[in-house]
Order: sequence, then C-alpha cells, then structure tokens
Amino acid sequence: MDWAALRVSLWLGAGTIAILLPLGVWFGRLLAVREFKGKLLVEALVTVPLVLPPTVLGFYLLVTFGARSPLGQAFEALVGHSLPFSFQGLLFASAIANVPFVIQPIQRGFEAIPSDVRDAAASCGLTPWQRFARIELPLAWPGVLTGAVLTFAHTLGEFGVVLMVGGNLPGQTRTLSVAIYDRMQAFDDRSAGVMAATLLTISVVTLMTTTALSRRVNPHRA
Amino acid sequence: MRQILRDAAFTIRVRLLKCSCLALVAVWLLGLQEVSLAQRPPTIAAAANLNVALTEIAKQFERDRGMRVDVVFGSSGTLTRQIRDGAPFEMFLAADEEFPDQLTSAGLTRDAGVVYAVGRLVIFAPTGSPLMVDERLDGLSRLLRAGGVTRFAIANPDVAPYGRAAEGVLRKHGLWDAIRSRLVVGDTIAQAAQFSTTGNAVGGLIAYSLVKEPGVAERGRYALIPETDHAPLRQRMVLLKRATPIVEQFYAYMQGAAARTVLINNGYQVPQ
Repeated sequence: MDWAALRVSLWLGAGTIAILLPLGVWFGRLLAVREFKGKLLVEALVTVPLVLPPTVLGFYLLVTFGARSPLGQAFEALVGHSLPFSFQGLLFASAIANVPFVIQPIQRGFEAIPSDVRDAAASCGLTPWQRFARIELPLAWPGVLTGAVLTFAHTLGEFGVVLMVGGNLPGQTRTLSVAIYDRMQAFDDRSAGVMAATLLTISVVTLMTTTALSRRVNPHRA
Repeated sequence: MRQILRDAAFTIRVRLLKCSCLALVAVWLLGLQEVSLAQRPPTIAAAANLNVALTEIAKQFERDRGMRVDVVFGSSGTLTRQIRDGAPFEMFLAADEEFPDQLTSAGLTRDAGVVYAVGRLVIFAPTGSPLMVDERLDGLSRLLRAGGVTRFAIANPDVAPYGRAAEGVLRKHGLWDAIRSRLVVGDTIAQAAQFSTTGNAVGGLIAYSLVKEPGVAERGRYALIPETDHAPLRQRMVLLKRATPIVEQFYAYMQGAAARTVLINNGYQVPQ
C-alpha cells in the first residue's frame, strides 16, 4: 500500500472541491436564474470537459504551460518550478476536468426552485444575500452536495490527465490510480490489488454517504 | 413550533456549509504546503527495462550510503518528453543513446553521459501458450502461418527502444507484415512483459532483464535473441542540469562494482 499516493489522492480530491465548490455555487446559480445572450455557448463550454478525452486536456496543458512555452517559463520564473509535474499543476488540471461535475448538479438544484419562492422571499423584505443563504441554498443543497461528491469521486478516479500532466512523481503527483498502474508494471500484483480494493471501498462509501445525506436533507423524497 | 424548528435547521445547515467551505480552504492550504514542502528524496527517471535491477540498486545505495533516491519508470521516449516539458527529474537512465542525446543537444544535461549497460531481448511464451520459443523465431513463424498467433506483445517502437529492437528482429525474420495486425503494443517494455507473462498474449519480445526475476521466469519459457539481430541496446545515462549532490553520488555509484554486479545478474552486459 502506497500511503503517499493515498494522501496525494485525498488532497487532490479535497483541493479540487475547495476550488470548485464556491465557484460552482456562484456560477451554477447564475446559469439557473439568469437569461443572457450566448448562454447556450457558455453552457456548452462548461460541459465540454465531460465529453473531452482527458488526453486533449493534458495536451493543451503541456503545450501551454510546459517548460518550452513562454507561459510555462514565466510560471517557472515566478514560482520556482514548472506547473506540469507538480501537485499544483495536477490541481489545476483536475479543477478544469471537474467543472461540469460540479456546475451541472448545482445548476439543476437552483433551477428546481420555483421563481414564486424567490419572489415571495423578496417581498418579505429579505436582502438578496439573506434570500440566497436562507431560502435558495438550503433548497439547492442536495445539488451542491451531489456536485461535491461527484467531483471528489471523479478526482480519485482520474487517470489520463494525471499521468500526462503529473508524470507519476512519488509523493507529489503519483495518485492512487496511477500507483496501481505503476505497481502492475512492476509485477507487484499484491500492492496493486490492495490499492484497487482501497479505491473501490472509498468510492462505494463516498456514494453511500451521499445518498444517506441527501435523504436526510430531503426526507420527503425518500 | 415546527416552523421554528425548520428555520433553525436551515440556519444550522447554512452555517455548516460556510464552516465546511472555510475548513476545506484551510485544509487545502495546509495540504498544499505539506505536499510541496515535504522533504522528498530526489527523483530520477529510468527506462522500464530497469524496473527490477534499478530498484535493487537503489535499495543497495540506500543501505551502503544512507541516501535515498526515488525512481520513476517509464518508456525512454515518454520520459524524454517529460524532461523537455519541465519534469523535475535529476538524472535519466535511458534504454538507448538516442533519447539522452536529444536532451544533451537541447542543453538540458550536464554532459553527454555514459553507457552503463547493454540490454538483450528475449522471446517469451507464458505457460500454456502454443508458442515454441527459439532464438531464430522459427516457432513464431510456424505458429503465425498456422493462424495460431492471436496476440503478440512488444513495446511501442516509437517511444520504447526495446520495442524498436523488437520491430527490427521481426523485420529481419520477415515476420513484420504478417504479425502487424496481431501485435499488442505496451506503452513501456514492462507493460509488454506484463501482457506476455500473464497469458494475455501468446508471447512477446521483451527485455531479458525483466524475465530474470524468479517470480516472472517461472511464468513461462524464453529464448535469448542473438544481439546481431537488432541494433544494439546500448543504454546511456545522463545527469540533468538540476542534479543535486545525492544524485551525483548515485550516478557514480551506478558505475561502481556493486551496481555493475546487479546489472550483470539481471542479464545486462556492462561496458568496461
């Protein structure tokens, strides 16, 4: 069992949620309540990572931020290391790859709130922030939760981008899913088996927890 | 009463959300620090044919000198690409001379490096496979004509020098065109070995160093391919510009008696 890889995986999952959740709530709600020109295009762009092969994302990240690109050289001069092949680079890639997983459920969550409810809250004299925090967010909560869990689970399972952008560096970019591949190639089936079982367990427990939580939040749906 | 309770529940939930968001950000910042600041041993990149030998040498180095290096294995081509894209490796042990030469001409290495080993290919057939192994590939060509070759494993010739050598061998025996559609191509020679030793292919052309290990050798039969049947697998290593003293010592250690013995035991020839 590669504990460093488990740690990298969990940090990556938590970090991706930390970046995307606030963004997702803001943008998901915006997409749910506002109508604007070009919304169709924006929605398509937000969903693109869902259908895009991870290798495409990996390719663009390496070309844009690799050591041979001007942007990559600027980043390296600023931070002291390159963005690809670092944990931060992995986090960046993971955040992009997970945008649809966090935005879509949150958007659906906010869309399910009837506009009457919002109007009623406004006519009761609640400020926009109060309306958001006390009425909308609690109602959209199952969507937010689903977005967070999907992101976390998807990050744990991410493989292609991680291998391309991360490069399998122990303790930094070697996640559990890459470690399994690595151990397989080293004929170390036992370790690979232990890690595969760990990932399977984490995934099942995560999904079970969500289902249980969303039932508690929304008892009439159960 | 119910309304009040429900209100309270809403408030608590909102607070919970705020708190958990804050906690996540805090955890994340701490985590970033931990992951990036943690004292990691220096990382070196190595061709996948070294999977067994170099792991042993690194362990011995740690025992002898009390210093650790982390080794990342991959195909020479992939690793070269990663180094050019800025991967933080401090040393590169390739499976050929061409890939390290590319890095040297790109100005990424200390010097041109040294040849540390010469590798060999074997034809391997897992237990239960209909393939008869011999150094002239007669068994393979017979089985191929009989239509018995369902899948045959080699490494990707574009990125793995052992794959390129395997292609050379198959071409030399006039089997390349016939076997092409039956090939399963591993990203690295280790993956090709994985395909052929687990019985997922009737056999494969893989690195001698990977079948020397007892756990692998007992999974089937193999025959050494004559060196003259392919371009020599002269393996060069280079120190990269960012190499730290520990890795400099490892570079020297690789050329010492202890490391050479391990390489020889794993089926490599070692230059004088």
